[in-house]
Amino acid sequence: MKQIGMGLSRIGIATAAMAFSLPGMAAVDRWKLNMTPGVTDVSQQVYDLHMIVLWICVVIGVLVFGAMGVAMFRFRKSRGAIAEKWAHNDKAELVLTIIPVLILISMAWPATKVLIEMADTRDAEMTIEVTGYQWKWGYRYVDSGVSFISSLARDSDDTRQLGSGLDPHSVKNYLLDVDRPLVIPADTKVRFVITAGDVIHSWWVPALGWKQDAIPGIINDQWTLVKEPGIYRGQCAELCGKDHGFMPIVVEVKPKAEFEQWLAAQQGANAGAEPVATLAEPVAAEAAPSQG
Amino acid sequence: MAHDASTHHDDHDHKPHGFVNRWLYATNHKDIGTMYLVFSLVMFFLGGLMAMVIRGELMFPGLQLIEPEFFNQMTTMHALVMIFGAVMPAFVGLANWMIPMMVGAPDMALPRMNNWSFWIMPFAFTTLLLPLALKVFFDIGGGGPAGGWTLYPPLSLQGGDSVAFTIFAVHMMGISSIMGAINIIATILNMRAPGMDLLKMPVFVWSWLITAFLLIAVMPVLAGAVTMLLTDKFFGTTFFSATGGGDPVMFQHIFWFFGHPEVYIMILPAFGIVSEIIPTFSRKPLFGYKAMVYAIASIAFLSFIVWAHHMFTVGMPLGGELFFMYATMLIAVPTGIKVFNWVFTMWKGSMTFETPMLFALAFVILFSIGGFSGLMLAIVPADFQYHDTYFVVAHFHYVLVTGAIFSVMAAVYYWLPKWTGRMYNERLGKIHFWASAISVNVLFFPQHFLGLAGMPRRIPDYNVAFADWNLVSSLGGFAFGLTQLLFAYIVWDCSRNKSLAKATDQVWEGAHGLEWTLSSPPPYHSFTTPPVITDSMLAHGNVAH
Repeated sequence: MKQIGMGLSRIGIATAAMAFSLPGMAAVDRWKLNMTPGVTDVSQQVYDLHMIVLWICVVIGVLVFGAMGVAMFRFRKSRGAIAEKWAHNDKAELVLTIIPVLILISMAWPATKVLIEMADTRDAEMTIEVTGYQWKWGYRYVDSGVSFISSLARDSDDTRQLGSGLDPHSVKNYLLDVDRPLVIPADTKVRFVITAGDVIHSWWVPALGWKQDAIPGIINDQWTLVKEPGIYRGQCAELCGKDHGFMPIVVEVKPKAEFEQWLAAQQGANAGAEPVATLAEPVAAEAAPSQG
Repeated sequence: MAHDASTHHDDHDHKPHGFVNRWLYATNHKDIGTMYLVFSLVMFFLGGLMAMVIRGELMFPGLQLIEPEFFNQMTTMHALVMIFGAVMPAFVGLANWMIPMMVGAPDMALPRMNNWSFWIMPFAFTTLLLPLALKVFFDIGGGGPAGGWTLYPPLSLQGGDSVAFTIFAVHMMGISSIMGAINIIATILNMRAPGMDLLKMPVFVWSWLITAFLLIAVMPVLAGAVTMLLTDKFFGTTFFSATGGGDPVMFQHIFWFFGHPEVYIMILPAFGIVSEIIPTFSRKPLFGYKAMVYAIASIAFLSFIVWAHHMFTVGMPLGGELFFMYATMLIAVPTGIKVFNWVFTMWKGSMTFETPMLFALAFVILFSIGGFSGLMLAIVPADFQYHDTYFVVAHFHYVLVTGAIFSVMAAVYYWLPKWTGRMYNERLGKIHFWASAISVNVLFFPQHFLGLAGMPRRIPDYNVAFADWNLVSSLGGFAFGLTQLLFAYIVWDCSRNKSLAKATDQVWEGAHGLEWTLSSPPPYHSFTTPPVITDSMLAHGNVAH
């Protein structure tokens, strides 16, 4: 009951927050309506495709619903409308079959172009292996051997417990923050090979423009090329059990030189620890009981 | 009229007496239709209750009400109950009530099998709901299935004993659906009155004939898929496990080969209903009757070759993605024909706006919005962003709630006076419509924004950036849920309240079709002698051309 009371008091807070959220509050982009154009060439093309199709749908909607509106206004019995008897018009039916086909072709053409570009993972300068586990992500830099596990940040994890009494609004990047982000270099074509250790997950960072399922026993690949350094956040997008909502993804894009430094530091740290090849084992052992 | 009321009057006395005889041993198409509809309404409220729990938890960021595991059980069961318990039985109930009356038959072709296909349903749903009920009421066991209604392995196999309950329930529902479909096909093909040619049948009958073939084609596929899950879980097979040489993605292919036609099983009868209602209240024959029939048939055909558009992110080869994208986009053509033809039917008609018409018009607009988002989802690169987000949730709720369920409500208001012999309370009906139409958009439209902004589906908690639209959506959800209690009251009132106005045989001024030539309420055995059919009696399939 206390929680419901708390919930109700939050309606007030939320309404107040809505009123003030529009200007200024840079930290959280509230009342967001549309897809992000993202930070890669591909994500921009995906966004453009989305907008083209959206606007075509809006125009068709306005025409069709407009015609309906006119019919509902003009041809109502209360205005004395008398029904006519005709029930078909072959010419109109033919035209209204051909026009949609043409519109569809105009959508399919750019969609095909973008899709072909997205499917081309050749000529990548580095490869990162991404493995989904219940409920965290494993990353391995295939060329350098650096690897680590990335899981939900502690403050988010404490706050998200049922009845924690902590306010999600006070946590920075609530549920979208991790202990160890994935770091990639800017201006570099990075290839991801994506798989899973237990159940199906899906690796999704909206700013990169795609998501790719992580499936046990199958290796999928995808790629990205981010020009601008920055921090980009995402989440697991395929239902993977009770903590599906609590395995975020954070990608930190560093300038090339900084990335090399970071990687060297990681290699140093890794050299002191166990070799990388053992990565999958402890995690797999951990995941095994839950499979039973 | 080919028959007069007095010859039918005696038939009322042939009703079986006593509760067990009338309902448990029911073989009458109207009684079985009523049972299906009541069952569907009960399931609608049960599934709705689960939706309220989901929206309650999602009202604010942070977990306030339930644990994530229980949240997953709610989303899973909400879908199974609504799809198999509410929407499908509602359409079967309407088919049972209306098809014999629309084709001039005394009853369904196979009345005893009809009884069986209904009475399997309560047992199937008891089995399905038992693990959840035991957990909630007695804290026994681990609760219901929590891996999503799509039952994707390996996740679904991590469930406890509820996996077996779910699978057996699905088997039973499948048997029930197949028998129902056989009965409908047998009735339509064999029981039509002389003169009721196939291409003179009401579009509702056509839509059900095609839907019944879809059911027979795909329910066995679902049964096969879940049986493989069952043996994977309990008998050591590895159909869907890579470690034993199986493939988790194969399940998705098989499941959606069932699942996509299933989507049309839930919308083709809705097309039929709307194609009955719009001509009636426009007082003008249906525009392009033949095109409407062919459009339904083409949609049914296409439904078999688009299944993998549910799986664009599993990592298919480029050629596969392109094929399924193009095939999916093609569906827009016959669907567009249907929408255009409904608008043409209204054009130069003489329209009135009783409750069934209001729901039918809302269907056309809101289902089209669901169709638009469906077209967007077909664009593979964009789907890489939309997939598994609230954009998809918004899409299929527009198609299923403001599509399928609005059409069922339209149908109930349309035929309720025929069934009960009394006019329902029109004022309350209109209030129910407007409250539903507004709240359902407050509920689902913001979910488009949430999905585009990056909120995945099936999560119990979210970043505060998503808080505002979730609050709006939840408030809309509670309003929509409460509004439906009014619907239950209106139906109950119409069937019980003897002070309501008596319905005429034709009920609606512009109604055509054999069902409107019978008395209201109709005789117990609809047409004991085949009616002599004249073109003016025919429904909007009055096709002189």
